[in-house]
Amino acid sequence: MSAVIGHEHEHEHDHAHGHDHYPGGLLRWVKTTNHKDIGTMYLWFSFVMFLTGGFMAMVIRAELFVPGMQVVSPEVFNQMTTLHGLIMVFGAIMPAFVGFANWLIPMQIGAPDMAFPRMNNWSFWLLPPAALLLMLSLFVPGGAPGVGWTMYAPLTVQQGMGMDLTIFAVHILGMSSIMGSINIITTILNLRAPGMTLMKMPLFVWTWLITAYLLIAVMPVLAGAVTMTLTDRHFGTHFFNAAGGGDPVLFQHIFWFFGHPEVYIIAIPAFGVVSQVIPAFSRKPLFGYTSMVYATTSIAILSFVVWAHHMYTTGLPTTAQLYYMYATMLIAVPTGVKVFNWVATMWKGSLTFETPMLFAIGFLFLFTIGGFSGLVLAIVPVDIQLQDTYYVVAHFHYVMVAGALFSAFAGIYFWLPKWTGKMYDETLGKWHFWLSMIFFNMIFFVQHFLGLAGMPRRIPDYAPQFTDFNMISSIGAFGFGLSQLLFLYVVLKCIRSGEKAPQKPWEGADSLEWTHLPTPAPYHSFETPPTVK
Amino acid sequence: MNRAAANRTILIKLLVVAVGMFGFGYSLVPLYQKICEVTGIYDVEKASAAPANSQVDESRLVTLEFDANIRSDLPWQFRPLQTSVKVHPGQLVQVMYEVHNRSDQAVAGQAIPSYGPQVAGQYFRKLDCFCFSTQTFAAGEVRQMPVVFVIERGLPRDVNTVTLSYTFFRVEGAAPNAARPRGGRSAAG
Amino acid sequence: MKTLLQKIGVGAALALVSGLVWAQARYNLQQPQTEVARQIYDLHTIILVICLVIFVGVFGMMFYSVIRHRKSVGHQAVQFHENTTVEIIWTVVPFFILIGMAWPATKSLLEMKDTSSPDLTVKVTGYQWKWSYEYLKGEGDLSGVADGVMFYSTLATPHDQIYGSAAKGENYLLEVDNPLVVPVDKKVRVLITANDVLHAWWMPAFGVKQDAVPGFIRDTWFRVEKAGTYRGQCAELCGKEHGFMPIVVVVLEQKEFADWAAKQKTASAAGGAQTDAAAGAAGQTAK
Repeated sequence: MSAVIGHEHEHEHDHAHGHDHYPGGLLRWVKTTNHKDIGTMYLWFSFVMFLTGGFMAMVIRAELFVPGMQVVSPEVFNQMTTLHGLIMVFGAIMPAFVGFANWLIPMQIGAPDMAFPRMNNWSFWLLPPAALLLMLSLFVPGGAPGVGWTMYAPLTVQQGMGMDLTIFAVHILGMSSIMGSINIITTILNLRAPGMTLMKMPLFVWTWLITAYLLIAVMPVLAGAVTMTLTDRHFGTHFFNAAGGGDPVLFQHIFWFFGHPEVYIIAIPAFGVVSQVIPAFSRKPLFGYTSMVYATTSIAILSFVVWAHHMYTTGLPTTAQLYYMYATMLIAVPTGVKVFNWVATMWKGSLTFETPMLFAIGFLFLFTIGGFSGLVLAIVPVDIQLQDTYYVVAHFHYVMVAGALFSAFAGIYFWLPKWTGKMYDETLGKWHFWLSMIFFNMIFFVQHFLGLAGMPRRIPDYAPQFTDFNMISSIGAFGFGLSQLLFLYVVLKCIRSGEKAPQKPWEGADSLEWTHLPTPAPYHSFETPPTVK
Repeated sequence: MNRAAANRTILIKLLVVAVGMFGFGYSLVPLYQKICEVTGIYDVEKASAAPANSQVDESRLVTLEFDANIRSDLPWQFRPLQTSVKVHPGQLVQVMYEVHNRSDQAVAGQAIPSYGPQVAGQYFRKLDCFCFSTQTFAAGEVRQMPVVFVIERGLPRDVNTVTLSYTFFRVEGAAPNAARPRGGRSAAG
Repeated sequence: MKTLLQKIGVGAALALVSGLVWAQARYNLQQPQTEVARQIYDLHTIILVICLVIFVGVFGMMFYSVIRHRKSVGHQAVQFHENTTVEIIWTVVPFFILIGMAWPATKSLLEMKDTSSPDLTVKVTGYQWKWSYEYLKGEGDLSGVADGVMFYSTLATPHDQIYGSAAKGENYLLEVDNPLVVPVDKKVRVLITANDVLHAWWMPAFGVKQDAVPGFIRDTWFRVEKAGTYRGQCAELCGKEHGFMPIVVVVLEQKEFADWAAKQKTASAAGGAQTDAAAGAAGQTAK
């Protein structure tokens, strides 16, 4: 194995490309085509969005602390739930994993950068305007839409102009994702170093290859659905209006055709990160690499044909309900395979529990709980009771927060040394983990009971029998929110004054960025590709 | 081929896929109608040819209920003249609905049918129905309108109660009794 | 003459039982009042137990690993990373477990969809933000009893209870002015539709939830086994007062139901214009 990056070679490059003269300050970030810079911007953007969406969650949980309306009006409450969902899904969690993709894919396949560096820049810079549009919707007449992130018709047709701003934001976010995915696929297919066959790639790269295909397939369908909503609102179409021969349920079919693969778009890169972290801290290779690839691919393919399990109460024909129930239950098989493989990776390893590993194990434990509640929801008769209740809210927060978010934390702690050249404070990192773990479960475990007991979702006030669990949930929410400020502190402290990191801070890490690149990774890496054996 | 050309090839292919999926999203609209039609949860808003097998099945009776709904922006009263009948599959049936326009202007409306259980919809053969075209009522007009139909013998045996429901929606400025303008197609699934 | 010990024993047993009942009320689905709800309840219990067993098994192994396979206790990593046999087993076994779950689920679903031969048909319409109930047709000894009765059902909790200037009543947010009234032990078919946007009619104790789609009817059914008052809520976001349009169903013995229906008919004959006026008012309801 050889990587040819000597110090003097780098300086030549710097002179040749005039990097000593590239614009500093803000303009550098506006014009950069460097995958590391862009990855950094994605990650910071997603963190700002995470705090923004989190603030809205605090408003929601403050209102739900006790019965009665105290904090906001019911209309504003609905706006909070809608924006919380849209911001967290499209502004926080998806860009976070795109940030990982940008930083890591080129390094892990031995490429100098993404295939289309300038398009990479555009993909990022579309995001802040889109976020601004979403936030702006709060301040226009009528406020932000109060329709839930799922934006069902015909409620969306009734909304004020905040709905139109949201539709435009969704279009822009979609374009960003599609461009990013084209970039990722092209990079992975064309820019791998010699000797890096597809089946030698780190699993993280595989998961992004699969996710990028999903994105290209379904983001345009979402664009179609919201465009139909826009024209129903303003241009006299009646896609979702029975009066004109349309059907509100049609929106749900189109939306969930996007929406179900979307949740795997969120989860699959999270699987990828965890598949890098767990082997590194077990000091043995990932168990069953081939079946992990096949399992992830099966999950992705299956995700296209199960969407109506979000629609069991709409009045689907019996045959359809039975089909969707069976197909949805089937996804448990490849998902189970992955969970077993991660546990088998740990089995008889030589385990240490630094912060990345703690978050990865937390992911494993809690994502599986979310998977089981998903299985419960897949069963039609049971779903009739649980659809649109807090049980669903609990389920998706387990898979998306304890799942995707914890995986993102694992990844950040894992790769911070490679990105910054410095070690984060391990004690504080562990505090962040345990606080997040405890408070997360405080918020969401009791919500399973709320749903079972009969509390619907998206309501700003509730009957007194739901009080105690709502109180616990709200207290947990405040604790969880504050704990994320600790995370911000850990990251800033690391960047400013962290201890210098060794070349390979993690003994068991074995992908190219750890074995072939210095720590921190240089601004340009793998200008000459390594040869992989 | 060189690296840049190889990259561009993939870029173009994927862009085509993205655009194609956008078109696919829109194609879901007619696809949805087609699927509902084929699986039978759907009513074609035009007259059917007389059913192939017009033999009456005396061995069973189906209870038909009639339901009427008005959207709140229609100043009408809309009701079925019978709340229910018992019929044999294959038997030609006529029922009347009545609309009373209680406002002081002419108003046009379109009736959209719906069935409970939905599967019954595919066995309803309508020969004449006020839902086939927009209906305009003069100020204060009261009019009774027929629905003439046959329930096909193929109706599953375990379905013995069927509700035929109409919802009248307001139509802005339509010509009296014009054939319905083409739009999306309604479906109940 | 009971000894102190016996008294304590009985007291403790009562506390335990009521604690369990109370616990059930808080941690699980509501007490089923129909056969369908009971099937759902049992189905959920079975699935939960299966999931718990698998969960304990898998994470038992993981925590064993966490404890025994640590570097800090000197464990060296064993460098295996494949085992086709094991992989096949843990792909096939879950598949069969799923089939085991799907079988009773299918049976329950088929029963839930069977709306044939009802004793009473009621049309339920969702509005922003209330329900209306219209009795369409009774069969057999219910024939003609309530046919034509129609009324609106709106949240009865006063505004000042919601906004904190009055103490909350016993059925806060789950009380209405005119509940749906049905006879006990009769198959009631509900035709559900909506006047404006999507709503959903949900009665947890009956195991019934059905979306109300504007312009279409959907049907479902229930047969309540015990007289009483049962409460549910709208279960599809429908605008600002989505949380404020509950459902109350009062289930009466046959004779009491007939008496109630007769009173309704007299009342509506007297105030027939009133429901039309109410319908007009509904048209003005702010969106």
